[in-house]
Amino acid sequence: MEQAEAEKTNVSVGARPERHALYRARFHWGEAIIETAIRSSALIVIAALVLIFVFIGKEALPIFYSAEVHEEVTISSLFLPQPLAGGHQTRFVWQPVSGKPRYSILPLALGTLKVTIVALLIGIPIALGAAIFTSEFAPNVVREIIKPVIELLAGIPSVVLGFFGLMVLATVFQTAFGLTFRLNAITAGTGLALAVIPIIYTVAEDAFSAVPDSFRAGSIALGANVWQTAWKVVMPAALPGVFAACVLGFGRAIGETMIVLISSGNAATMSLDPAQSFRSFSATIAAELGEVTRGSAHYHVLFFLGVLLFVITFLTNFAGHLYVKRVREKLQGKRK
Amino acid sequence: MKKILFVFAALILVGVVGCPSRQAAKTVTCKGSDTMVILVQRWAENYMKEKPGDIVQVTGGGSGTGIAALINGGTDICQASRPMSDKERGQVKEKFGKDAKEIPVALDGIAIYVHEQNPLNEISLPQLKDIYTGKIKNWKELGGADAQIVPYSRENNSGTYMYFKEHVLAGVDFEVGVQTLPGTAAVVNAVSKDLRSMGYGGIAYAKGIKALKVKKDAMAAAITPSMETVTQGTYPISRKLYFYTVGDPSGMVKEFIDWTLGDHGQKICEDVGYYPLPKK
Repeated sequence: MEQAEAEKTNVSVGARPERHALYRARFHWGEAIIETAIRSSALIVIAALVLIFVFIGKEALPIFYSAEVHEEVTISSLFLPQPLAGGHQTRFVWQPVSGKPRYSILPLALGTLKVTIVALLIGIPIALGAAIFTSEFAPNVVREIIKPVIELLAGIPSVVLGFFGLMVLATVFQTAFGLTFRLNAITAGTGLALAVIPIIYTVAEDAFSAVPDSFRAGSIALGANVWQTAWKVVMPAALPGVFAACVLGFGRAIGETMIVLISSGNAATMSLDPAQSFRSFSATIAAELGEVTRGSAHYHVLFFLGVLLFVITFLTNFAGHLYVKRVREKLQGKRK
Repeated sequence: MKKILFVFAALILVGVVGCPSRQAAKTVTCKGSDTMVILVQRWAENYMKEKPGDIVQVTGGGSGTGIAALINGGTDICQASRPMSDKERGQVKEKFGKDAKEIPVALDGIAIYVHEQNPLNEISLPQLKDIYTGKIKNWKELGGADAQIVPYSRENNSGTYMYFKEHVLAGVDFEVGVQTLPGTAAVVNAVSKDLRSMGYGGIAYAKGIKALKVKKDAMAAAITPSMETVTQGTYPISRKLYFYTVGDPSGMVKEFIDWTLGDHGQKICEDVGYYPLPKK
């Protein structure tokens, strides 16, 4: 009996041995190729990241040791005020193209910080508000319209946003607030917010939608209204995602180049006043790298700025990741 | 499957055989000054109309970018709105063993832009210097209304920036608060929308704004930027625009440059808003 069954299986297997073998062989090859491709694409991404960092790091390194570069700039002089021509005064100035070049990165750091803060102050409330509205309050029909439209905003090239800032926003804000400078951190920050909003919105909306409906049902069953449910139940549960959204938005804001280059005025002022023009790291690199002589002090300083930008975004993302992990564990009750 | 392979093979063969014949069409590349892009493009269009088959490619990027490209062998002609520095000439010599050849091709005056409704009509070079180095901050000091001056400049890879810095500021650095914009068109746009602003750039771009008359010093006569004053050399901030090549130009590069220096080429200068070289 057992033997018979065994034979039967043998037969059933042997009934189409050739096709079977053929399929296996083919599938095997195909799968192997696809698997290697997928695996290597992941590797390529990591390798590219490492290579990029190594490349910009290598070009920035001479600031630390090269005597030739040190004639013009040292690591400490990047952070110190520079003596002005003739006088005993010192000031933080960024004047790389000059008889005596001066590289103070503090004005650039302040400018970058200023515009990022403005962009996030405008962008985060709008994006989160829109995300809560679409996931908690909006009827389905409205959500189906709002979501793709906001996500479409992410597809607008940043040059266009920058141009919009230069032509439209600058005039609007100047007449509305009576500003002296057309191009300033408010203009550029608003343009930048338009680029940041869809990113924060998309990620935050996903985080809200991912909160299980049982949470909402439980909350409403306990007598809470929709608003209380959204604010006290859904919001805390989605917090890690919301935070991740803000970190991503920050990364986009600090590195965004075109919008800032076009609509910031690019004056390297030492001021936190948002109505003043400013110069950011990214715009400085974009504006100056095209012309700089390869291997000059200026060239290495620009790469150093690149490294700074890279490190800042990397650290924020990393800190954000740690924080999200903590919050998630707390929410799951693994940590008090 | 074999059919597909065959078609592919045929395509590749056609590609391989086809390419050289396409490259045989003569191509000249020009790269450099943004100020000169309009001019060189117009030259290229007209030249290509007269000599069908020849191709002239024109790109901008700034004089510095163009000169860097010339040094790296990335372009046949570099158009520059400032003379090459000795350092840059040295780099060309070092790399190619030939001197960079400088060919003036047109004249340009740098206009001082203000808003159309600005009451000011003239300005002197020392005043300009004081404005851009931060000593004069208010229109009142120039006889205008009591309002802060908002000066605009170009990015530091621009030949116009270098020229202005050397000839108007006498090499002194721009005040930190002077805003720099990418491109003369952006400067014109900003000035046209702000009563308090001031900018500088090629005369050709001066549309929708007012170009001030310029005095060499407080006592000198105010000169309107125009064809006569620039070609006669009386307008105080005018400059030559150059083509640079590695060594003496030859072949089609020479043909193209000679054509731009000819009657038709020089006539186009005027149409675009620059000025022809004075006839010798």
